[in-house]
Amino acid sequence: MTAGNGQVLYKPLGLLAELTHRCPLGCPYCSNPIELERRSDELDTATWTRVFREAAGLGVLQVHLSGGEPGARRDLVEIAAAAHAAPLYTNLITSGVGLSKETLAALAEVGLDHVQISIQDSKAASADHIAGYKGAYARKNALAAEVVRLGLPLTINMVVHRANIERIDEMVEQALELGASRIEIAHVQYYGWALKNRAALMPRREQVERAVGAVEALRAKHHGRIVIDAVVPDYYARFPKPCVGGWGRRSLNVTPSGRVLPCHAAESIPGLEFWSVRDHSLHEIWQSSPAFNAFRGTDWMPEPCISCARRDQDFGGCRCQAFLLTGDARATDPVCHLSPRHAMLAELASVQADEPYVYRR
Amino acid sequence: MNTVSDDSVPRLPRGVRLVDSAAQGGMVLLAPERVFKPDPIAIEILKRCTGAATVAAIADELAAAYSAPRERVLGDVKTLLGSLADKQLLEL
Repeated sequence: MTAGNGQVLYKPLGLLAELTHRCPLGCPYCSNPIELERRSDELDTATWTRVFREAAGLGVLQVHLSGGEPGARRDLVEIAAAAHAAPLYTNLITSGVGLSKETLAALAEVGLDHVQISIQDSKAASADHIAGYKGAYARKNALAAEVVRLGLPLTINMVVHRANIERIDEMVEQALELGASRIEIAHVQYYGWALKNRAALMPRREQVERAVGAVEALRAKHHGRIVIDAVVPDYYARFPKPCVGGWGRRSLNVTPSGRVLPCHAAESIPGLEFWSVRDHSLHEIWQSSPAFNAFRGTDWMPEPCISCARRDQDFGGCRCQAFLLTGDARATDPVCHLSPRHAMLAELASVQADEPYVYRR
Repeated sequence: MNTVSDDSVPRLPRGVRLVDSAAQGGMVLLAPERVFKPDPIAIEILKRCTGAATVAAIADELAAAYSAPRERVLGDVKTLLGSLADKQLLEL
């Protein structure tokens, strides 16, 4: 199947539905953009319902109801019911704060398939400090217990950075005690808010090396008991991550106001034209929107990517990171050791300062 | 490693579903934030993991349906189910 411009069209598997940017927490690595969208601009229930149906028609299998904190939406249960009916495998990504037990039970009732809760640290005081919210740690634990009590599968997501990287073992123990069946260990990715806080968040190289070893040991120790997925810290890597599985290949992201992005950070690249679900069907957007076609396939690649044996494996890395670090969104992601700019990452990573976080607000 | 015995009764846990997706070209196994495309043999086994049949009964049925040696089928079924259970995709 090809688009009008001759490029191969792929079938997306996943839809990230950012239902709102509102969130009670202020995590300094939040993946939401610096310019948060307002409540008054958020899509209504009927539009989300249409988007889910169109997504299922396009081949999408899983929807991730996210935010911000999705619990901030009063119509969350109706939205989840619409996603389930679409039909889509429905995943809730929540901070665990601002979602009541009653809402959770209603979500389980309407067909929610899975819940992911983020934790900030295994130590309550540190966790609350990172989240910028007193009592967050206790509330997250209580909601996680409720997820398990309802019989829903639980993933615990932990974002790793300098303040908690030494306690991955304890956080994994905490996730096991909470009854999670899956753990996601994600090193901070430096975009948006995290980029603002890079010097305060960046771990040292030896900490990262120890963390990679610790994760391997934990995987072996808990094999068959819990699944541990890990996202590697890319400032210390030699090869770039295959960001979102390749631009416009496997997933799409709908912002609270309805703009459709190839990845959640894509708006950080200037000059891309994003289309909205208010004006177009999801199918039209996936197939024809200029932003989705900007970096699809390999034709856009310069050297050294275009002649690289790994070009269909990591797709030249992350377009947003290439732009943020080099000023050119087409450039090889500097994470790649073949990039002429690779040395800058070690320099940037060495800039570390224990300064106060700039909380996301 | 999860061990599978003849009288284990496998079933897909909540949050794991085998669905037919026309757009993705056939059966897919949906799990928490993961999607798997099982091969045709795995699909036949997964379809029978309903919490009603034992591993032995599943092997009997597949051996008969495909005129294959029962012991070999049983071994293959156990290997697959063990690896699925390790990935939290199956309850035994």
